[in-house]
Amino acid sequence: MTAAALDRPATAAPRVRAALQDPPLVRTALIAVALGFVGLFLLLPLVAVFTEALSAGVGAYFAAISEPIARKAIELTLLVAAISVPANAVFGVAAAWAIARFEFRGKRLLVTLIDLPFAVSPVISGLVFVLLFGAQGWFGPWLAAHGVRIIFAVPGIVLATTFITFPFVARELIPLMQEQGAEEEEAALSLGASGWQMFRRVTLPNIRFGLLYGVVLLNARAMGEFGAVSVVSGHIRGVTNTMPLHVEILYNEYQSAAAFAVASLLALLALVTLVAKRALEWRMRRETGS
Amino acid sequence: MASARNRVLPGFGLTLGFAILYLSLLVLLPLSALFLRTASLSLADFAAAVASPRALAAYRLSFGASFAAAAVNAVFGLVLAWVLVRYRFPGRELVDAFVDLPFALPTAVAGITLTTLLAPNGWVGQRLQPLGIEAAYTPLGVTLALTFIGVPFVVRTVQPVLEDLEVEAEEAAASLGAGRLQTFRRVLLPTLWPALVTGSALAFARALGEYGSVVFISGNMPLRTEIVPLLIVTKLEQYDYAGATAIASVMLVASFALLFAINSLQAVGRRRLTGAGSEH
Repeated sequence: MTAAALDRPATAAPRVRAALQDPPLVRTALIAVALGFVGLFLLLPLVAVFTEALSAGVGAYFAAISEPIARKAIELTLLVAAISVPANAVFGVAAAWAIARFEFRGKRLLVTLIDLPFAVSPVISGLVFVLLFGAQGWFGPWLAAHGVRIIFAVPGIVLATTFITFPFVARELIPLMQEQGAEEEEAALSLGASGWQMFRRVTLPNIRFGLLYGVVLLNARAMGEFGAVSVVSGHIRGVTNTMPLHVEILYNEYQSAAAFAVASLLALLALVTLVAKRALEWRMRRETGS
Repeated sequence: MASARNRVLPGFGLTLGFAILYLSLLVLLPLSALFLRTASLSLADFAAAVASPRALAAYRLSFGASFAAAAVNAVFGLVLAWVLVRYRFPGRELVDAFVDLPFALPTAVAGITLTTLLAPNGWVGQRLQPLGIEAAYTPLGVTLALTFIGVPFVVRTVQPVLEDLEVEAEEAAASLGAGRLQTFRRVLLPTLWPALVTGSALAFARALGEYGSVVFISGNMPLRTEIVPLLIVTKLEQYDYAGATAIASVMLVASFALLFAINSLQAVGRRRLTGAGSEH
């Protein structure tokens, strides 16, 4: 919009127009700098992932992503996401409902606390669960006595991943629902809808794209998380290795092509995420525009 | 507790109760475990862990490389945001979408890819070597990895401010006789400033805690290329829980202080944007 306004044939004096538009040389130079930066820092690594993945041939590529330990890693990654994503989505909707629809004391504090996990290093996010549930942790002795393993086992990976991805849906929905207001929901209630009917017929359709947007970002992070999971996993092959951890092991064993083959699946996930994110942003802009 | 206006809406107690319970169990309890653990250390143990030469070298590298990466991103992020908002060129939409790649690409993938590119026999590394530049397994490599993961922050904070900017202010400056550069410095930069600093601070905060994209490229040499998160992991692997916890609590306090500063900055930015017309 701004650019269009700037591009219009100026009725003002040429001197004024010159002050509003960048000289053509500057314009070309800035575009070149921007494209060069994106090409070197973003495009080149992405191209490298796929080139390296296929460097040992297509046969080796498919062998690397279908061998049993890689399969186990893929399964575990999907399992962890299948738990973390719905859990944080439900939390996000509940928190957004309370925060966007009601006034209560401590609301601002609550909003700040929800954002907290984004400020914590992934490594520390793993460490806190080791301190709680590890052998030397608060609940460690009790868990050991009852034969429950959390650290160096799948529950620890799920906990660390859920912690890391905690804010995604809530921080997407809170501003969205605040902006939408409660009129439609109040109307539904006054027409005799039950709370649940109101939620299903009014609230959910209104927030569906925002919710999906948060879920897409949450899922990408959950499947790709490395630092937090690395601390709690114990790196047991075929048991507690997620895809990113499997990539690390292969890479450290100098199986570069295999490492990049598995990494290319994660890069594909990233590309799908970017496309979905764009499409949802476009839908949401259209919805608020109309 | 709910306001009178929304007394008709159901579910306040249920949703707030669930949200607070979930938050407490998953986030607050684990984080408080870290601080209670730290508090149970003797002062001498704590000081020995957080002020050892190895820890000090790690802080220096983490803060220094994160700052350098944030500075690089401030410059290029501003240029990118400017180009994306103000110019029309083929592929602009694609570049715009692509800026978020570091958010979407798992850090381990970024880590092994950047290392492979910058290694002495890599696509980029073999071109740097004749120039006498070593990137892989040096602080420079750490900085480059942190630059990669920080790319979206400045662009995505400056972009919306630039989009909302009224052309009128620029037109006024221009019709009063300001040149392009003067308009940029006097009119645009003051408005963009808070967003630029916020975006850089976000990139800096993210870089401080980053682990996955750095461990591969840093070479992990104590005192030289060891970042703080890696030092914490190393201590954990040696079952030095006290040391790991002490250093982690220092980093956590730094992160929270940054978060607080960023929140305040954003508040300033909002005020500046809404009150821009009446301020001067």
